[in-house]
Amino acid sequence: MSSATLPVRISSIDRRVALRWARDNGVYVALAVLLIYNIFFTPRFMTLENLNVQLVLATRVIVVALGMAMVIGTAGIDLSVGAVMALSGALLVQFSGLPAVLAIVLALLIGGLVGVLNGFLVGVVGIQPIVATLAFLFAGRSLAQLLLVGRNPSIQDQTILSIGSGKIFGISGLVIAAAVAVSLVALIMRRTTFGRQLLAVGDNARASFLSGVPVRRTLIGVYVLSGVLAAWAGVMDTASITSANALSSGLNYELFAITAVVVGGTPLSGGRVRVVGTVAAAILMQLLSSTLIFHSATDAISQMVTAVVIVVAVYIQRVRSQA
Amino acid sequence: MSAEISTTGLGSEGPDYVPANESAHVGFGSHALALLRKSGVAAFVALALIVVIGSILWPTFHSLDNMRNVVLGITYIGIVAIGMTMVIITGGIDLSVGSVFALGGVVAVWTNNQAGPVAAVFATILVCGAVGLINGTLIGIAGLAPFIVTLASLFGIRGLVYQLTGAGATTYSVSSDSAFAWLGNGTFLTFGIPIFIAILLYVTFHLVLERTSFGLTTFAIGGSEDAATLMGLKVRRTKILLYVISAALAGIAGMLQASQLVSASPIIATGYELQAIAAVVIGGTLLTGGAGSLVGTAAGVLLLGAINAFIRYLQLDSTWNNVVSGAFLVTVVVVQRVLSYRRSD
Repeated sequence: MSSATLPVRISSIDRRVALRWARDNGVYVALAVLLIYNIFFTPRFMTLENLNVQLVLATRVIVVALGMAMVIGTAGIDLSVGAVMALSGALLVQFSGLPAVLAIVLALLIGGLVGVLNGFLVGVVGIQPIVATLAFLFAGRSLAQLLLVGRNPSIQDQTILSIGSGKIFGISGLVIAAAVAVSLVALIMRRTTFGRQLLAVGDNARASFLSGVPVRRTLIGVYVLSGVLAAWAGVMDTASITSANALSSGLNYELFAITAVVVGGTPLSGGRVRVVGTVAAAILMQLLSSTLIFHSATDAISQMVTAVVIVVAVYIQRVRSQA
Repeated sequence: MSAEISTTGLGSEGPDYVPANESAHVGFGSHALALLRKSGVAAFVALALIVVIGSILWPTFHSLDNMRNVVLGITYIGIVAIGMTMVIITGGIDLSVGSVFALGGVVAVWTNNQAGPVAAVFATILVCGAVGLINGTLIGIAGLAPFIVTLASLFGIRGLVYQLTGAGATTYSVSSDSAFAWLGNGTFLTFGIPIFIAILLYVTFHLVLERTSFGLTTFAIGGSEDAATLMGLKVRRTKILLYVISAALAGIAGMLQASQLVSASPIIATGYELQAIAAVVIGGTLLTGGAGSLVGTAAGVLLLGAINAFIRYLQLDSTWNNVVSGAFLVTVVVVQRVLSYRRSD
């Protein structure tokens, strides 16, 4: 890549700075452009009501993507999240006779358990994250199906239902549920030793190991967090559709989450986690597809646009490997 | 350059963080490499065990009838796994194969109805190969991570297929007595034609991998892309061509299945990329690149088929297929990992 390709001649350092700025802030710029576009060109889009609907639709991807962002921060990947969502939803329904809090805790526990398994395979046995988590992507959804055995039971518990459809001060329960997850992850990444160790492992696992970072424990911890967050998204999903569906709950969420993380500016090579960027990217992808649908484009077109956005985002990120 | 964004885009490859003197990490000497390449053995052993146990439990398990169905059932994944193996040997990955599979079916059926079966074959290879060319160019020349580029085409091509079929509203079908339908439904020596096509493709690409300079370059890229470049090997061209091959093979597989079903479905083959990756990994090909074989992949594919058959004979719900396949995947990779530890002690 030479600077000659640019219309204005800029020194390579300026160019690098510009590219880095684009990488770090591209998602916010894109979000702003999209919102401004909608003010002028999409009738009935920029209403408080619609924006709230869009935000609610994005909540589950946001929660899953945050866990994914931390895993990707360790230079790993977690393909099991969609299956964990389905499984935790199935468990939530299974335990819905119990007090709500207990049922939710048990559903989250399964996410943690899957995380321990994934983390053990990656951190202790040393299997590539993509394979280690691929196994549960296969098994998890099928286990959920076996658990529900073709039934489609609905949730009666009012406390759980209020997560899905309740409102506090006009703010939807799902938005609050996602906000809890966002704050938790932001806190972990900004204020805890674990957050720093996670980044160190992603940056250079061997150097971290030699300088005394508990690499194994960190890796297991990060997959547990990802599993618990995915399970939390499963609880949210099940609460909002009021029943568990092993076939559709969380389907392809691993892909949506990875998209949000990448578009949000977290490099796949690890060592960096962008929490706010990830949230913004998840909202961006949701707004983008619904903007297209408002303009009567089909779902098919919105998928193709998603593809282009992903490629553009990683192209901008290439600056990291050149820096 | 792209070496820093590790080529699969996934970075960490086992506890490499543990220094060599504390845990025996494999030095990639020729011995270790040979052993790892042989670890497709695990898949063969498991396959043999399942067939033997199945035959003891049920006399019809190893009957030709059963084999015919089992093998035909996994043929399509099998063809997809050929390209996946070669891409993974370079340290890359191709997540777009499931979507390209569906595209192949639609293009083949449409072209067949316009211009006949021969044109259909060429159009499928051409259109799907073009998708591979886009993937390969973004990976080989722009230096983007394969995982992400092909993830984008997984979305994009599936969207294209939905668009072409009006989200399933337009049905592309062929009459069941046409020449095109024979491709998927015809038999030779009582076995389905797709099986023979798959065998032919396996033999061809096995020879390409093991006997040609293109094959050697493929392994070299997976071993060390920088070294391969410095040696003057045609790294970019090889990488691009591999993604073209992978997509074209996925398209051919999609065409064959569309022919068998005498119609093209826009929702077919979702998740095939993951099944193909599972078969490749079970077959002993390393996701880190540089080692692997199509013989191992063939064993991995047959193993997945045998597991499905075994579960059907147990009269368990087919939902168990995925649970057992997942468990096998973990077991095989753990065994491989343990083997590679022991070797270097």
